[in-house]
Amino acid sequence: MPLGLLKYGLRPRRPPDRFLPPRPELKRAYDTVIIGGGGHGLAAAYYLATEHGITDVAVLDKGYLGGGNTGRNTAIVRANYLTEEGVQFYAESLDLWRGLSNELDFNLQYTERGHLTLAHADSAIRTMRWRAEVNKHFGVDSELIFPDEIARLAPGLDLSSDVRHPVLAALYHPPGATARHDAVVWAYAARAAERGVELHSDTEVTGIQVESGRVTGVETSRGPIQCNRVLQAVAGQSSLVAAMAGFRLPIHTVPLQACVSLPLKPWLDPIVVSGSLHVYIWQSARGEVVIGGATDPYALYANRSTLEFAEGTLLPVLELFPFLANVKMLRQWAGMCDMTPDFSPVMGVTPVENLYIDAGWGTWGFKATPVCGKRMAELIATGRTPDLLEPFRLSRFAEFEQVGEKGAASVGH
Amino acid sequence: MKIMPCPLNGPRNIQEFTCGGEVVMPPDPDRADAAAWADHLFLHDNAAGIVREWWYHVPTSFWFIADRDTVTDEIVRTFHPRELFGVDERSDQP
Repeated sequence: MPLGLLKYGLRPRRPPDRFLPPRPELKRAYDTVIIGGGGHGLAAAYYLATEHGITDVAVLDKGYLGGGNTGRNTAIVRANYLTEEGVQFYAESLDLWRGLSNELDFNLQYTERGHLTLAHADSAIRTMRWRAEVNKHFGVDSELIFPDEIARLAPGLDLSSDVRHPVLAALYHPPGATARHDAVVWAYAARAAERGVELHSDTEVTGIQVESGRVTGVETSRGPIQCNRVLQAVAGQSSLVAAMAGFRLPIHTVPLQACVSLPLKPWLDPIVVSGSLHVYIWQSARGEVVIGGATDPYALYANRSTLEFAEGTLLPVLELFPFLANVKMLRQWAGMCDMTPDFSPVMGVTPVENLYIDAGWGTWGFKATPVCGKRMAELIATGRTPDLLEPFRLSRFAEFEQVGEKGAASVGH
Repeated sequence: MKIMPCPLNGPRNIQEFTCGGEVVMPPDPDRADAAAWADHLFLHDNAAGIVREWWYHVPTSFWFIADRDTVTDEIVRTFHPRELFGVDERSDQP
């Protein structure tokens, strides 16, 4: 907007623009209440407003917007899944990601850098080939590559054969990307608020009112709200919120930890994942090396960091990139993940009418932010479950129709 | 290092153990329908607070029960399963 910039420059005084509106008073009633002000909840609010004209929406968060897993993940976006349901779902997300900075008029620093999943055994090569063929069948760019090409893409990676787990091949997924995760929250929040959605941080939901099987409102730390529809999008706390409405979920809450190093000169373009070594690694635009690993070994509602994680994750990183041995770590953190038995999310209707759920996002939720928001908004607005979400319904467990994605989880868990 | 007080081996590094999940009773196999089995297999309370869990000491193949707080990660108490299930005559465990 050069004209706007010019006018701004010629103004005698230049007060800073407030990016998000101040928190309004809580009304007594809304059409739709969204519990959880992370990427998924805010994206759903944005698409409800833009695509379905539903703007009488309150997004409630017990902390600050994006303070949960949206700000704690390692910001990787990919679609190289294993099942046909998963690949189609994440492929739509990739399409949305590509245009998202333009659509939201906010630089999300979406960077397609390529994604390498290393295979250290014949069985892993077989799975990579399987994933590549399923991906290509649904139009997702993936291919099995071998050490000569891996060396070209990931300099510094130890490709020698005299190591514990030699690199034999890799699944190469060129559209694999990273995005600035906080920016995704801010952009969705700002654009939703512009259209009338109310953002209520520091507003904890303490109860869900259900009358004859239908949701009628929520109780919050700032008083009760009546509403027609509720979406819960509270990764890590999903079971506790579902319990308020009287049903149980196929979820265990398990911490996932990650860490970053001090900044280094840029050397690594792609994201490098090793399922066998339980690590993944990429270099941010600031030069920091972002490192993640497997989830903690047991369930916990806490965001604490452990020495076990640092030791168990950084040693395998040195097997892949020995030259990082003298690099100092800058910080370590954790998020609480909804782990499901089939490593797929839970989206759609619940046993309570007009209460919709977006949960079970385990360690794979950030990449699905746009598609999940868009399709959950469609479900809330129309009452019909989109075909893309149907395989991920909560009732799939009772029907013994799980969507097994463990083979495509970034690292073994 | 986090310490797990094992009823058989005493205090040990928690990395020697595997969590076996909450202690829940299976439904009656003669009466349970598919829905009851699905409920038992897949749905969990996933409570935030003190939960009763199975734990396994891998090097000695010993299963026991722990009361653990899933918010503070404090292990409140650990004990032999016979406290809940009585003595198993077939078991060669102490």
